Amino acid sequence: MTDQQTSGSTDDAADQNPGSRHSTDHRPGEALLEVMESAPALTDAATEPIVQVHDPLSWRAELRRQWGRRRTLWAFGLLLALPLILVASFAFGDRNGNPNRSSPSSRIFDLAQSGAANFSLVLVFLASELLLILLAALFCGDAVPAEASWSSLRYLLIAPVRRARLLTSKLFIGVASTLFATFLLPAWGLLVGGVAYGWDPLTNPLGDNLTWGQFLPRLALAMAYIFVTLLPIAAIAFWLGVRSDAPLAAVGGAVLVSIVFNILDQLDALEPYRNAFPGHYGRSWQDALAVSPDYSNMLHGSLWALVWTVAFTMLAYRRFRRVDILS
Amino acid sequence: MARSFVVVGLAAAALAAPTVSAVAPATAYAAGAVDSHAASSPSVSRPGAALGVPALRPQADQPAPVAAKLPVRAEPDGSAVQLDISFYGQSDGTRHPLVLLAHGFGGSKDSVAGQAAALQARGYVVATWSARGHGSSGGRIHLDDPDYEVNDAKALVDLAAKRPDVELDGAGDPRFGVMGGSYGGALGLMLAGADPRVDAVVSAITWNDLAQAFFPQSALAAAPTTAAGRDPIAVAGPFKQVWASTFFLSARGGGSAGAVDGGAGAATGAPGGQPPGATTAEATPAPGAAAGSGASRGPATGAPTAADSCGRFDTALCRLFLKASDSGVASPELLTLLAAHSPKPSLARVKAPTMLIQGIGDSLFGLDQADATAAALDAGGTPYAVRWSDGGHDAPSTHEAEETEASYAWLDHYVRDKAPRDSALPTAKFTYPIAATRAGQPSTLHTLPAYPGLSGTSLATQSVPLAQKQGALVHPPGGLPASIIAVPGLAALGISLSTYQVAALPGQSTAFDTEPLTEARTVVGSPTLTMTVTSDTADVTLFGSVWRVTGSSVTLANPLVAPLRLKVTPGQPTPVTLSLPGATYDLPSGSRLRVLLTSTESTFSNAREPSQIAVQAGGSLILPVSQLDGAAPGTTVSVVDTEVVLALSALGALLLLALGGFLVRRRRRRLLPSRPDLADIPLVIEGLVKTYSDGHRAVDDVSWRAEKGQVVGLLGPNGAGKTTTMRMVMGLISSDAGSVHVLGEPVSAGSAVLARVGALIEGPGFLPHLTGRANLEAYWAATGRAPEEAHFDEALDVAALGGAVDRPMKSYSHGMKQRLGIAQAMLGLPELLILDEPTNGLDPPQIAAMRPILRRYAETGRTVVVSSHMLAEVEMTCTHVVVMHAGRVVTQGLVADLVDSDDTTILDLPEDADAALVRAGVHALERHDGIHEVRVDTASRLVVVGELSRVAVVQAAVAAGLPVVGVSSRRHLEEVFLGVISSASATPGGEPIDENISLVERLRQVRAR
Repeated sequence: MTDQQTSGSTDDAADQNPGSRHSTDHRPGEALLEVMESAPALTDAATEPIVQVHDPLSWRAELRRQWGRRRTLWAFGLLLALPLILVASFAFGDRNGNPNRSSPSSRIFDLAQSGAANFSLVLVFLASELLLILLAALFCGDAVPAEASWSSLRYLLIAPVRRARLLTSKLFIGVASTLFATFLLPAWGLLVGGVAYGWDPLTNPLGDNLTWGQFLPRLALAMAYIFVTLLPIAAIAFWLGVRSDAPLAAVGGAVLVSIVFNILDQLDALEPYRNAFPGHYGRSWQDALAVSPDYSNMLHGSLWALVWTVAFTMLAYRRFRRVDILS
Repeated sequence: MARSFVVVGLAAAALAAPTVSAVAPATAYAAGAVDSHAASSPSVSRPGAALGVPALRPQADQPAPVAAKLPVRAEPDGSAVQLDISFYGQSDGTRHPLVLLAHGFGGSKDSVAGQAAALQARGYVVATWSARGHGSSGGRIHLDDPDYEVNDAKALVDLAAKRPDVELDGAGDPRFGVMGGSYGGALGLMLAGADPRVDAVVSAITWNDLAQAFFPQSALAAAPTTAAGRDPIAVAGPFKQVWASTFFLSARGGGSAGAVDGGAGAATGAPGGQPPGATTAEATPAPGAAAGSGASRGPATGAPTAADSCGRFDTALCRLFLKASDSGVASPELLTLLAAHSPKPSLARVKAPTMLIQGIGDSLFGLDQADATAAALDAGGTPYAVRWSDGGHDAPSTHEAEETEASYAWLDHYVRDKAPRDSALPTAKFTYPIAATRAGQPSTLHTLPAYPGLSGTSLATQSVPLAQKQGALVHPPGGLPASIIAVPGLAALGISLSTYQVAALPGQSTAFDTEPLTEARTVVGSPTLTMTVTSDTADVTLFGSVWRVTGSSVTLANPLVAPLRLKVTPGQPTPVTLSLPGATYDLPSGSRLRVLLTSTESTFSNAREPSQIAVQAGGSLILPVSQLDGAAPGTTVSVVDTEVVLALSALGALLLLALGGFLVRRRRRRLLPSRPDLADIPLVIEGLVKTYSDGHRAVDDVSWRAEKGQVVGLLGPNGAGKTTTMRMVMGLISSDAGSVHVLGEPVSAGSAVLARVGALIEGPGFLPHLTGRANLEAYWAATGRAPEEAHFDEALDVAALGGAVDRPMKSYSHGMKQRLGIAQAMLGLPELLILDEPTNGLDPPQIAAMRPILRRYAETGRTVVVSSHMLAEVEMTCTHVVVMHAGRVVTQGLVADLVDSDDTTILDLPEDADAALVRAGVHALERHDGIHEVRVDTASRLVVVGELSRVAVVQAAVAAGLPVVGVSSRRHLEEVFLGVISSASATPGGEPIDENISLVERLRQVRAR
């Protein structure tokens, strides 16, 4: 509160003395009027053709709008902090805790400290369950309602940016941010893991060991697959974001949808329809790390993910094309 | 239960039947009972749900099975024996082929009832019987003795030949096949060897040589020529104690129906591929279940005798077994007897086409048993097919349905269809599974046109050099602790846990690793390793197992061991070739194989004498490899399956929908024409209508225009539709009717012409994390126009933010944001500037500063539209005014025209005028001719309306005693505004306006509407 008051008072000071940078007899707006009056006569202006600007709200312009945002910084900060937190936790933790644990997942964790490859795999294992889903929902679901909540959406539209173009830019940058996060995570994990635990290749808890040459392409494939499985969540969040002006509603709604599908996915009664649910093949990325990878589940997962993505993206465009902007 | 899962397979109640849990994997294996519809459906290479195929109960139109008693050969002690048999007949009056369906060890004819019904429905007459010593049949168990059990089956064939519904090849020679698993499988092979009437055999998970099964010897007399070939040396191997005990205990129980029912139940409960309790059952046969069932059949009272512990076993056989269990060593009599009770001696006489199904997951009868049978059949020129299953006595198959279907196809081909022996086989000659890479998935099936090493083919092998060749180990005194390697059931659970620690006991084991494989290989069969063994005792036993080593993880290739027993001269190296367990597995390139030799194994009877053993391995490990190598694993499974097709069609449909929608929209897009006639007018609004979804008509037929050089004020009370109009002008809201043209171009969402318009609508909107300057730049970047056109500095000068332009938006006050919003609207010097409530949050000096800017902005030939509540402000700023009320335009025109009028005179009075004097003056004035109305606007201001000239009005006022200090003709805009609003309100509603209520009150009424 005090901060605001302080800043408010300095603003007032600026208000009181608007022309402080200029000569004392300067009046606000004078410069603009001078430019206008020196501009070519407006009678010509009417004859100028009205052209559609080729590229309103370019990728770069949209990226700039999103990049400096606190939520973006927090998201990536969290992503970057996660491996460091893991390393710190492993350092505090008791390494020979319970030797009897032998479920595959706990073995994954036991091997986390065996080298960069294992560490990044653990990181992916942890993050793919929720963190990446949240980030995808945030990057794609928040872009439109955030503008609405700042009241800047209408100014973008009258800039003018065509509705479809606005959505495309928002979606592209959201998806690109998700992609970046998806690949940043294992890359940063490799780096942190390498520094902390050495550059050993993968000791595979799920199958046979892989050399770096085998592991890196497989990891890239796994991350690409994870990215594709994030797309339905991103699309649902995007659609909810277009429908709602509340950024949290979009993100929370998308995560909620993913949780509901997760629950439904547990019901054997829904076999085989549940195969089509987003998230059903969510863990199939692990197939890519098997000895002789069986890509059929990944193929199924990718295709269903694309179906959901296209469906919700279509809904979003359809909605936004028609909606009256009242924010 | 309308749909009952009757799971009684080929191996129904197989040899391991005594306990409920032990029978589970065996019965689940080849869950045979498939109804006719399912059976006639084409088999697929990789079904989603091979397990738990539902079987229909015998159909209503099928005759019920008829039980009968068949007297057969008496026991050696002279007691008479009757077999309990059942015929599943056919009632259509024609003759049908016959199937003899034999049950597994410990089962009875009831164990195969479901499968019998399925075969009956398929058009066969089916004969089932409880073997001697089983079920309700009399006699004792002779372990498929050619003189007893095999003869019994012959007698059954004789009986069946007399049935009127059984098709005959000749007198007393029915057309028939014999089918069975395990105990019944061996019986089928032996019957085919003993009885030339047999037309086809399907024999599953059974033995070739029972002596080799119970005293397995993996030391080879000659290098193998077939995939799982194992030609052992003449020394009997170590005793397979755990299986023998299981076997023995089941004989005690005599095979009760309870075990079978329980097994079926357990098997149906295990469609996930996890036989309940399979692991524990094999390692520790549960005595409780056996004792429980035994109690009902064995002597209920009396002291236990030697005969009691033999249960229903033939006593001579039983004694030999007990002796072997005691010593751990095979007596020659037992070996002779077991060898005689095997298909092996009579295979040369088998001419009936034979299908062999053998399990990889089978620590009782391994692949080598079927291999030996196949080799014998091949040598005799008998048609045969070999099918390896991933199930067996240890685990359920993941392809039961296909295996059952293949069995039926075999019978159909050779029995029903009477195909000649030289016709093409109804199935591939060799089928083998490769385990899926992930747990819980069915294995992939592969086929070859010949069994490797038979039918004139040679065995493909790959030699992998060993990385180390020396090893030494001890045999512990007493044979304990024992290595645990073959844990049946683990593989079935899909667990690839490393059990290496309990297998490779320190000192008691030695391991030989190969060099890493240079390319991926698929092992199909038994690898072999040559080595020399040196021991300090004359009797050496070793157990070999194969492990896959990748990095630091060591996993068992298959939970089987290959035992080796040698008679050596102490201290002398003895060469030997070890045949390792037969199985199929993928080996990725870069991985190693490890041959683990242990001196003990927990499922075998281990020698009690300690010994020290040194092993020198030969140069390399010989792997029998698949000829399919080179093809990537899993290629037999097509990439395009149903799910892919479904997903792709859904995707395609969506994309088509999107494309269709796009095209339709393009066609239907309401293209308002350009209006060249309006090209010179910045803003023309015609007939605009907007009704919100809640039915509220916010804008109703609004038309007005703003010309160049005008400053148009849009006035109206709250809810008049000003903002809605402005949003429609900017294309933010779609109109229901009417049009908006900017410079002659129609405006809809995102119209390009909006680039010529700058607007501030309902407050500014900025990104809070950017500075003021960055916000303007971000906005301009969104327009996609060149930065030079924007005139940032000049616009920022309008905002007059000083140093605050470089601070984040968050710290801005309301007024600063408002000024920045106006500046943003002016970016690029738009020809039409639309400002909604621009003076909100501005203080009077700032408002005053804004006023000339707007006026001068318009003077450059541009146009400004301002909406405001501050009427005085509008009056001072605007040239033109449009007044809206309740969605309609009530008046519009030049401000000067509106405020100026002939019939109204404003009289200013001094502030300190005497109230009484003024009141009296007003009354006097009102009574004056030609004066219609005198309003006391404020205490010092009178509004006089009348036809009198202004001079006459002033004279009259002075005459009335009013202290007039000023006279003007201009009303304030507020009065005009309230006047038109109140009259507009009155007209539609017909609401009477009380002329006496004050302006303030009237305003309140207007607002309230």
